[in-house]
Amino acid sequence: MTLPTPMPTAATRTQLSLTVLDKRRESDGVVSVRLGQEDAQRLPDWTPGAHIDLILPGGLTRQYSLCGDRWDPATYRIAVLRESASRGGSAYVHDQLSPGDNVLVGGPRNNFQLVPARDYRFVAGGIGITPILPMIQAVERLGSSWTLLYGGRTRASLAFADELTARYGDRVLIHPQDEFGLLPVADFLGSGAPGTVAYCCGPAPLLAAVDAHTAGWRAGSVRTERFVAAATEPPVRSEAFEVVLARSGRSVRVTPECSVLDAVRDAGVPVLSSCEQGLCGTCETGVLEGTPDHRDTLLDDDERRQGDRMMICVSRSCGDRLVLDL
Amino acid sequence: MTDTTYHAASTELPHFDDDPFGPELLEDPHPFHARLRDSGPVAYLERYGVFALGRYEQVRAALSDWQSFISGAGVGLANFRTETPWRPPSLLLEADPPHHDAPRAVLTSVLSSRALRGLRDQWFADPESLVDDLVKRGGELDAVSELAEVFPLRVFPDAVGLAKDGRENLLPYGSHAFNAFGPRNALVQDGEATIGAVAEWIGEQCARDRLAPGGFGEQIWRAADRGDITAEQAPLIVRSLLTAGVDTTVNGISAVLSALARNPEQYELMRRRPELIRVAFDEAVRFESPVQTFFRVAEQDVSLGGTVIPAGSKVLMFLGSANRDPRRWVQPDRFDLQRDPSGHVGFGMGIHQCAGQHIARLEAEALLTALVRRVRRIELTGTPRRKHNNTLRSWGYLPLRLTEA
Repeated sequence: MTLPTPMPTAATRTQLSLTVLDKRRESDGVVSVRLGQEDAQRLPDWTPGAHIDLILPGGLTRQYSLCGDRWDPATYRIAVLRESASRGGSAYVHDQLSPGDNVLVGGPRNNFQLVPARDYRFVAGGIGITPILPMIQAVERLGSSWTLLYGGRTRASLAFADELTARYGDRVLIHPQDEFGLLPVADFLGSGAPGTVAYCCGPAPLLAAVDAHTAGWRAGSVRTERFVAAATEPPVRSEAFEVVLARSGRSVRVTPECSVLDAVRDAGVPVLSSCEQGLCGTCETGVLEGTPDHRDTLLDDDERRQGDRMMICVSRSCGDRLVLDL
Repeated sequence: MTDTTYHAASTELPHFDDDPFGPELLEDPHPFHARLRDSGPVAYLERYGVFALGRYEQVRAALSDWQSFISGAGVGLANFRTETPWRPPSLLLEADPPHHDAPRAVLTSVLSSRALRGLRDQWFADPESLVDDLVKRGGELDAVSELAEVFPLRVFPDAVGLAKDGRENLLPYGSHAFNAFGPRNALVQDGEATIGAVAEWIGEQCARDRLAPGGFGEQIWRAADRGDITAEQAPLIVRSLLTAGVDTTVNGISAVLSALARNPEQYELMRRRPELIRVAFDEAVRFESPVQTFFRVAEQDVSLGGTVIPAGSKVLMFLGSANRDPRRWVQPDRFDLQRDPSGHVGFGMGIHQCAGQHIARLEAEALLTALVRRVRRIELTGTPRRKHNNTLRSWGYLPLRLTEA
């Protein structure tokens, strides 16, 4: 007994592969990359503070905050700092990645949500400006007040500083270290009056300074995100893998051109899905053996580490075999 | 709709004089849906001055495109830019990004499948005794009042953490809220007579001290403690649970029961292959579309299916029609567990997609699992009756016989 093949839908039927639409230098050491699909299809929705996983050749996964315009549904923008200690991620983006290239993308996921407030104090160190950009766009629409303190090594290293100043004037305080020294975090953040929420993204010493100053603030009024740490997950797999369906006693092969969901369906095992973008959770499936390569937007870091469930519409396998509770 | 916003397309755009909220089409919307779909991707409903989408492709596109088709001006007929809503607008259903973001993130997290894992055993145990009692009694019942309404009301209010008293207000509140998305016809006017006290009770239950620890309601308040939402937002998000969490699942369960009773071979198939239980519920949601319609407002001039919908226009999306569009579904008028109903728009699509869909599926799965274990056959014993609602496709009376396995 087989399931009839559904008629084609707008949903993605393969991995999310995006094309580099353009790449431009934003400052010393920073390039921005705009990603999209050639037919300008909608990309999975995201909220300010979200990041995507870029899956680079060799299976390296690197996380970059989305820093583009959410009201443009067909384009993601990221900005990447060339890191001197780079293990290949930022160097690849700077030196190799070119317009027209395709990259595999996971997510977007958000561990740095924008919460409601009357007054926002944004503190950005260097490339930590990236998640703050869409937050400012959102807060402008919300009509709350905000200010930004933005620091870095030198003025020339500060990506997007000129456009921020041009658009928002004295709400943006640009503070290069070689001109003014360390960021005046204490003066800028003040006393944490009710209704004020501080957001900080930057290197560890900056976050430590913010944490120290805000130690007595109310719960949830300080939100920080460290430069996204280098991926610790095993490298993802670009070759085909085997998926064993434990309950139905079948085994299917998942090639790079198809999703786990497709492969399971082709084997005649009924499984529901809805968005097929890793957003809604309908196709969540128990994992009995193997390590999933998670590319959904829903599971948080703890749930990903547990590795006992996955969204089979987008997520794949790190190893050559997965056993699913299907 | 004013004269200035719509004239250019009037010559080629199909016009309809039908009233999708009138008794005739609420009783049986399918012939109208077919005419609407066949007329083109976009049509115009003269009676209400709104654009109408009946085909899957355009309904799904409009649901997904929150940038162009906004919810903040109301997802019913009333345009909140010019009319006062009957209650403070929902922070979820009737809001757009960025206002929508924080409430949605909190509700999604509270209702995630992870959160539901803890409820699974209890929800699966509950209907066993319910179905047992009905079967032992001889198996003759009104499946609406004795099963479809009973089971969600046994498990869902407890999961929210509501007090025991006053739960009889939940169904009338949901019913009125869904009527109120339509025009102020007799269905709405009937509800208005009594809704005041009901709405007051609902409002009181959203307060922190009314909600039992550990329930969805209290978890929403804890999100306010963490600053993820404000203390002003918390009760309105609880209200969303109470509005959208009961009538919808009642009608979803009625839908699957009625479809199984009318298609005994499908019930037999489900008994043989219990892995089709989840498919059966989603197929019923596709087939019946318990939520039939929602509106959006065009944020700017939007081109859709070859028509330019002018900025500010109300757009009526027929989810029930999209879910039976032969352009998308093979033999759409058949209830068929061997089809893959994935991708139906019965729960919506995109950022406003039903936040409670995993709850609905779990409730239905629990009830159907108890049924297939104890009941060999489900059959109609009389003529079922519809209950009309401006948004919901409902049964008012569904006489069934459950034959013991």
